[in-house]
Amino acid sequence: MAPTRTVREELLAAVPSLRAFAISLCGNVDQADDLLQETLYRALANINSFQPGTNMSAWLFTILRNLFRSDYRKRRREVEDADGSYAESLKSYPEQEGKVEFEELRQALKKLPPDQREALILIGASGFSYEEAAKICDCAVGTIKSRVNRARTRIAELLSINSVEDFGPDHTTRAVVAGTRR
Amino acid sequence: MQMSVMQRKPRAGRGGKLNPDVQGKIGQQLRAMYDDVVKEGVPDRFADLLRQLEEPKDKPLDANQSAQLDQRSDKERG
Repeated sequence: MAPTRTVREELLAAVPSLRAFAISLCGNVDQADDLLQETLYRALANINSFQPGTNMSAWLFTILRNLFRSDYRKRRREVEDADGSYAESLKSYPEQEGKVEFEELRQALKKLPPDQREALILIGASGFSYEEAAKICDCAVGTIKSRVNRARTRIAELLSINSVEDFGPDHTTRAVVAGTRR
Repeated sequence: MQMSVMQRKPRAGRGGKLNPDVQGKIGQQLRAMYDDVVKEGVPDRFADLLRQLEEPKDKPLDANQSAQLDQRSDKERG
């Protein structure tokens, strides 16, 4: 059975956000686009298992998230990364894709454990409800809540922010300046 | 003089509550970063793949095509 027009349109509409999710998870655009491509192939091949009327975004995010998780586990087994070359490759970020203003946040995100990172992105950026995020990550709603809380706290620690004034690319500079004036 | 810098230790530790303003600011930055990527749209390499959805023929994905997609996806996974 061919996918209906609505299903096709929903799928197309969800792709940009799905890609942003992939980039946030991978921290690397090339790797993220490979992951997105694989997700889309999977989705198209299995489109008949999607139930029209249910949440297309959640369906796609689930596929992508599971692929990412299985890749991640595989890579951890395969890549010993003794010379740090794999870690180095993850740092490469095409300039046009990575704005300097978000660099600190991007680096902080990479330091989060994957389960906290995905929870934070799904809730804080993709706009899913806790219930939807719990389904995508196949865990309890309370688990998502605590992961998001831990992720936020850790990000604040990594960025060393105590207050809103501390936020921004040059907060260290301003802190030093403020210190010398006193 | 340097003390104000040295003392910059995040308060929110184990069981600590994060300042709601800080929490809001992190959320704001996170969304801004994410929306930046969303606005970029989808790179050209996906054009062919997505065209199947935009201009479906009478039967956009029959069983045969689905099988091909499956194979292709398997192959690419290596």
